[in-house]
Formats: sequence, C-alpha cells, structure tokens
Amino acid sequence: MIRMVNRALKDMWANRFLNAITVVTVALSILIVGAFALFFVNASGLLSLWTKEIRIMAYLEPDMTPEAIRSLGKRMEGMPGVGDVRFVSRERALEQLREGMDEASALLDSLEENPLPNAYEIHMAEAFRNREKFELLATRIAGLEGVSEVEYGQEWLNRFIRIIDLFRLVGIAMGALFFLAAAFIVANTIRLVLYSRRDEIEIMRLMGGAEAFIRGPFYMQGLLQGALGGAAGMTMLFGGFRFVADKVAEGGGFLPVRFLPDEMILGIFIGSMVVGWMGSYVSLRQFLKA
Amino acid sequence: MAIEDSGEPIIRLFHVHKRYGAKKALSDLSFEISRNEFLFVSGPSGAGKTTLLKLLYLGATVSEGQIIIDGLNLSRIPRRRIPFLRRKFGIIFQDYKLIPQRSVQDNIAIVLEARGAPRKTIRKKVRSVLRTVGMEDKRRALPPSLSGGEQQRVAVARAIAGDPQIILADEPTGSLDAEAAEVIFELLREYHRRGATVLVATHDAALIRRTGGRVILLEGGELDVVTTIPRLPA
Repeated sequence: MIRMVNRALKDMWANRFLNAITVVTVALSILIVGAFALFFVNASGLLSLWTKEIRIMAYLEPDMTPEAIRSLGKRMEGMPGVGDVRFVSRERALEQLREGMDEASALLDSLEENPLPNAYEIHMAEAFRNREKFELLATRIAGLEGVSEVEYGQEWLNRFIRIIDLFRLVGIAMGALFFLAAAFIVANTIRLVLYSRRDEIEIMRLMGGAEAFIRGPFYMQGLLQGALGGAAGMTMLFGGFRFVADKVAEGGGFLPVRFLPDEMILGIFIGSMVVGWMGSYVSLRQFLKA
Repeated sequence: MAIEDSGEPIIRLFHVHKRYGAKKALSDLSFEISRNEFLFVSGPSGAGKTTLLKLLYLGATVSEGQIIIDGLNLSRIPRRRIPFLRRKFGIIFQDYKLIPQRSVQDNIAIVLEARGAPRKTIRKKVRSVLRTVGMEDKRRALPPSLSGGEQQRVAVARAIAGDPQIILADEPTGSLDAEAAEVIFELLREYHRRGATVLVATHDAALIRRTGGRVILLEGGELDVVTTIPRLPA
C-alpha cells in the first residue's frame, strides 16, 4: 500500500503540470456542485423556517350563527396537527386592515358595510410544521362545513418551491456534467502516464507482476487526484461562503445562512475520489487489456 | 518428428504451431526439456527461436497444439494465473528490456516488488545478485550510461533475482564481444549448476561448441534436428 502511494506520488510529481490541471478541474467541478448544494441547503432551511411561522386562515361563510362558529372552532381544535386556533371576527379583521394601511385607511371610511368575513387563524402543532402536512391539513379544513376559503400563502410558497426544485435540477445536471468532465480529464491524465510508462508496464508483466501490482498505483493516482481536487474545491467553496456570510451579517443578518452539513461535505469529498477512481478505471480498461 | 526423452520433463511441447496472420512462424514442434537441462535453441535469423521462447512465457499464445510447463497446460491457464507462471521464469531479452529511467538496482527490484517481497528482502537480494554479476558498484547507475555487456549483466541479475526454475535467454551474447559473452555464459552455467533449467536461443555455433549440451535446431519454423554437442575442452 505504502509502495503504491509512493509510486503514485512519484508519477504525479513527474507529471506535475498535467496533474495540477487535473486537480484544478476536479476542484472547479466540486466548487460548482458544492455551490448548488449550498444554495439548496440554505433555501431549504429558509423554507422550513418560513413554514414554521406560517398559519392557515380559514374564512367563514357569512350568516353563520355564533353557535355554529363556536362549534366549527371546536372541530378545528380537535383536528390532528392543529396547535392553536384563534377566532378573528370580521370587525377585528377590519381594524387590523385599517392599522396596516396607515394614512390610506381613510379609504375604508367610505365603505357602507364591512366586506371582510369572520375567520379562524390556525397555527400548526410543532410536529406538523412541514409543507406536506400543513397542505393536507389546509385541504381538510377547506372541506369543513362553514369554511368558504382557506389561505396560507400557497401561491408564493409554491413559486418558491418551484424555484428550489429548478435549482436542484440544474444543480444535479451541472454536477453530473462537471463530474463527467472531471472523470474525462483524470482519464486522459492517467492515459498519458500509462503511455509514457508502457515499456515499464510490459516489463513488469513479463517479470510476473500481478495486475493488482501494476494497476494499483494508477488507481491510487486517480484517487489522490480526486481527493486533492475535492479538498481544494471544498476549501474554495468555504472561502466563498465565509465572504457571503460576512456580507449577510453586515447587512443585519436577516437571512440565516450556514455551510454544508458534515455528511454532505463527506459525500462530496468521497464523490470526488470516486470521480478520480472512475477516470483511472476507464483508462486502465482501455490501455491495459491483458 | 523426433521427441527426445531426457529425464523428468519440465517443459513439453505437443504439435505446437504458431501463425501470425497467414505467415507461419512455427510448425508442428514437439519436444521435451528436462529439469536442470542446459539446452540451446539454434537456427538462422527468422527460424522461430524468439517466437518459441515467447510461447513459453506466454508473450504470445499458440495457434495450435499444447505446451505444458511444470504440469501447467498453457492453453488452459486462467489469465489471473499467468503472473504466477511467469515467476517460474527468469527471462533475458535480446534487447535487455531494462527501464531506462530507473536505476540498476530498481530494475532488479521490480521482479521482487512484483511478487510482494518485503523491502528488506528486496534490498538484500538485489545486493546479492549484483555481487554475483559483478555490478555492485553500478547499482545507482541508469541503464543508458552502461555498456552493452554491463546492461546484459544487469539483465542476467534481474533474471536470476527471483530464483527462477527456468532461465530463458534470447541471444544473450548477440551484441557482446567474446570476453563479455563468456562472462554472461559463465553466469548462466553457474545458475544451471545451482539447479535451474536453462534454455538459450542463439545462432552462435562457436558458443554452443564451447558450452556443449543438447541443441534444438530450427529451420523456417520447423524442427530440423535435435542433437547433443559435447563441450570442447578448454
């Protein structure tokens, strides 16, 4: 094993320019993949934060008796996933609207009657604060007798989710493309090394060198190129992240930003090593047909 | 076709043919080589001497027929076993086949590294074989800086480093002067005395007469004659 690493390191040093290009290519691929992952992680975090603060407004049918309104509230309280249910009378709703409109509230004076309906403001129980669960709850509330409409900002939420999904797709596609490009570059580097050492390989074979002994250093070289590229890419990503995070903090820290979780860093790092290994594998298959 | 029986065989050929495309390189060769025999394969250039050696170490495969080495049928040997078969051989190539970028000692160490020998054993063995061929002081030299005779001695050292059962030498003295050739041959004879089977492909009749032994003479890829030449008195 040590001999294999030594041999791989010697080869890398002997072809250092070529290897540097390969490592930079892998690093750039990792940087791009990592940047998409970082966006995805933070956007998902933001979404889950917003989801936690979200509440469902259930607007009631007009002409409901106070008894029917109270009974509806009780039914809502009894539904699984519902944390807190607050009644907002149409008068209170108008008051809140007036407060929100400031100077423009004078416009409301011209209304002959209050156009707003009575409503229930429903907050989710802690365990139910995720998109799928409250969408289901909103649908069930909308189906209750006496509820005319349900609103929870679904339009902007869905738009935001669509953007995240789009970024995720683009990220996966770009990541796959860059990984392929990196594997291709590694394969080419290994192929050139194999070509320059073809006589040596032939001699090793004739002297009884097992395939593992001959191929091992090349696999090791691919793995090392991947690992170095992965580490460099992650370092660059972290540098970029620190820069952006500092800017966000200077701007008042209105957005909670965080770096990739450890398991994702490990996953990307292993991925970069797999890319290096794949590059070696492709070249060795083509070049060293026994 | 003559088959000469000379004790316990280590190599056996049965109706071996080798063709490169339409060209016949070897035709219907059948003979045996005994364990610890010193044997010559002779004939003019193009007679098939190098092809025969290649078939033995699986540098090429037979087109027809069978070769059995130490009980192993080469036509049936799985690919992963080939390195183990090759470890039975010490091969001396006509063009030496030394790695020019690696030092003399590294060129020899490669044989033992390929077998996974420990570092200490490799160091010890390399020193020992370099001493045997009288090249200890050149162990750090690169092959291109050595003379033909010196390179051939390194090639012999590499061939014997793995303590092979069989030494295959392809024109081992082809480009050497008489004195250098004698040094190489003495090394081969010494290894033969230690128990190895030695197979030398050469067209140098004088050298064969000086050494003596069984000779397989090839002509146009066919077995022409098998004879035993007595060693000339020194």
